[in-house]
Amino acid sequence: MAVFTQQLINGLTLGAIYGLIAIGYTMVFGIIGMVNFAHGDVFMVSAFIALITFVLLTTVLGIGSIALALLIVLVVGMLLTSLWGWAIERVAYRPLRGTFRLAPLISAIGVSIFLSNFVQVIQGARNKPTAPMIRDVIVLFERDGYTVALAYKQLMIMVVTAVLLAIFWYVVQKTPLGRAQRACEQDQKMAALLGVDVDRTISLTFVMGAALAAVAGVMYLVYYGVVSFSDGFVPGVKAFTAAVLGGIGSLPGAVLGGLVIGLIETMWSAYFSIEYKDVAAFSILAITLIFMPQGLLGKPDVEKV
Amino acid sequence: MTAVSESNAASAARAVPDRLASALKDAGFAALVMLGLCFPLVTLRTEPDDHGRLALTPRFGLTAIMCAAVFLARLGYLTLWGKQARAARQPQTRGEVIKTVAAPRYTLTSVGLPIALGFAVAYPVLMTFVNGGLSEARYWIDLGILVLTYVMLGWGLNIVVGLAGLLDLGYVAFYAVGAYTYAILATTFHLSFWLCLPLAGLLACTWGVLLGFPVLRLRGDYLAIVTLAFGEIIRMVLINWVDVTNGGAGIASIPRASFFGIPFNDDDNGFAATFGLEFSPMHRIVFLFYLILALASLTSLVTTRLRKLPVGRAWEALREDEIACRSLGINTTTTKLTAFATGAMFGGFAGSFFAVRQGFVSPESFNFLESAIILAIVVLGGMGSQIGIVIAAVVMIAGPEMLRNLGFLKAIFGDNFDPNEYRLLIFGLAMVVMMILRPRGLVSTREPTVFLKERKTISSDLVKEGHG
Repeated sequence: MAVFTQQLINGLTLGAIYGLIAIGYTMVFGIIGMVNFAHGDVFMVSAFIALITFVLLTTVLGIGSIALALLIVLVVGMLLTSLWGWAIERVAYRPLRGTFRLAPLISAIGVSIFLSNFVQVIQGARNKPTAPMIRDVIVLFERDGYTVALAYKQLMIMVVTAVLLAIFWYVVQKTPLGRAQRACEQDQKMAALLGVDVDRTISLTFVMGAALAAVAGVMYLVYYGVVSFSDGFVPGVKAFTAAVLGGIGSLPGAVLGGLVIGLIETMWSAYFSIEYKDVAAFSILAITLIFMPQGLLGKPDVEKV
Repeated sequence: MTAVSESNAASAARAVPDRLASALKDAGFAALVMLGLCFPLVTLRTEPDDHGRLALTPRFGLTAIMCAAVFLARLGYLTLWGKQARAARQPQTRGEVIKTVAAPRYTLTSVGLPIALGFAVAYPVLMTFVNGGLSEARYWIDLGILVLTYVMLGWGLNIVVGLAGLLDLGYVAFYAVGAYTYAILATTFHLSFWLCLPLAGLLACTWGVLLGFPVLRLRGDYLAIVTLAFGEIIRMVLINWVDVTNGGAGIASIPRASFFGIPFNDDDNGFAATFGLEFSPMHRIVFLFYLILALASLTSLVTTRLRKLPVGRAWEALREDEIACRSLGINTTTTKLTAFATGAMFGGFAGSFFAVRQGFVSPESFNFLESAIILAIVVLGGMGSQIGIVIAAVVMIAGPEMLRNLGFLKAIFGDNFDPNEYRLLIFGLAMVVMMILRPRGLVSTREPTVFLKERKTISSDLVKEGHG
């Protein structure tokens, strides 16, 4: 039981990170029906931005308080990553609207390859480790000599995720921007006729997705304390799996899917074999797509002629 | 009359500085965005110092250069080539007339392919003369083998992506199946290459059917992601199933290719002795070159023939419009499956060639990037064009190698400059740029295989891609 509780905590933490990335996939797919393959690499870029900003703040500018530094890192990371998201959409995806269906996907693969290699060239191929930022843990209970602990960083990840999800949920459900987004999701042409600026709405969707990926990037850095240029691919595919599992296009679905994937991955590693944990995630993706393409909370996809 | 034209001229004269000002503003904005993208990723480089802590190295010069480059590029684009510049140069036309022209008798493919084949056949001889000796030409022949391997892989994937319109991101899985089939059969059962080659193709083909069967009901991008997942699963199984595949260490000392049973060594029954030649390790390399050339040509030949058969026509119809296909009674599942399996088979052939050439296979050779490179070759070549893929493979594979040999690049960028570092960066960029400028690839005209009275080329812009 103790082991299970510990794994539950670890799994939920990991799931929160996947859920944050998955929202970016799900929003973009909902609005323009495209798999933004580069989203995982945007997440990786955000982790690098967070890392460099953190080192800059603590060593060069000499900010002593970790909490303050992390807050600044979060804000800076979200802003700069949003800029990346915006620029990528503007340069690589917008000119392709209206061409044949696979073009945006191929372009996105190009962006993904470009981003990971850009970071490799510009920052070097070695792993970038940081000293642990938050060490303290809360001991929940002890049984049979096994301590179940909730690390402060895990608590922070869950709280930050929950708060930001609430904010974005509010934006999508209650603001004019969210209304425009949902309108574009249903029918772009009609939305345009009714005065919704479709291009702007799509751009903002990418910005929001990138901002959430940046939050995930900062959390990933805090949790693991190390980033490398190749860290975008696997979390990216897992987050996409989460989005598909939850029902692509559905925001709560993405978070739910993220939590499920996070839990399955940690439980699989704990009880079966750690070597095959990625195989488990990839298999879930394949199985969901084949047998349940609408996902847990999604609507069935009607094929239009 | 004159007053009107004068005012027109005046407004035109005013328009030029206006346009320049707006272009400057736009370029300035682009440079500002670039600055935002560069900071802190480019401006500050992190390196672990002696104590294992990260230290920052500022690089303001590089940042400034990149921003300036973006500024100039954007300015140049807007003033010389952008929409406004084009609009100023020519009057706007409304509506486009759909034109079909009689296709020329000789197309790029029908002329280009024989020329390319002729060049490839003569290539080792040519290189021997140019470099003044067979051994000196080794580098060039090796490069030729590499390029031809990618040409073959490109042609194989072309059946799936270019003809049937199914985006396959896990093609490398079949390449891996082929390579491991030969590696395992040859090291444990000591089967010869010529027996393993068809077996490898068959096995890859079976895997294609097995993997394809459940996933082919999916729509385009879903299919792409699932094939990617399968590719990764196969790679992880190769890494973790140590008993059979020897894990991440790979399988080494795979038997080399023999000349239909005669080994390439300096024994009395070796290749050189049998044909009365002086022994040279180059014989094997040249043989490998012609082997991959033959395999690639086979792929091309089969593809061209298949296009003329009902199944090939069904593939192309499927690419254009799946719903129309279904309503015309084409069984889309079997059609997709045959394309998938045929493509996989050629991937398997190429894989076992890879194993016999390298003498060593490991899972690291079969990662997603490899799939992406092969896909990039097919896409840049113009999805469905045979000669386009050859051009793309030469550009993408031999191009970076050529850059390495250019001395003046080293003089500009310093001695540590290695173009191979930038190869994938350029790949990625090229994929994006290609999609924007020519989404149909380098060679993009579609030639109908079935026609009424007269063959007509259709400009590819007019062809809508179906819902694959």
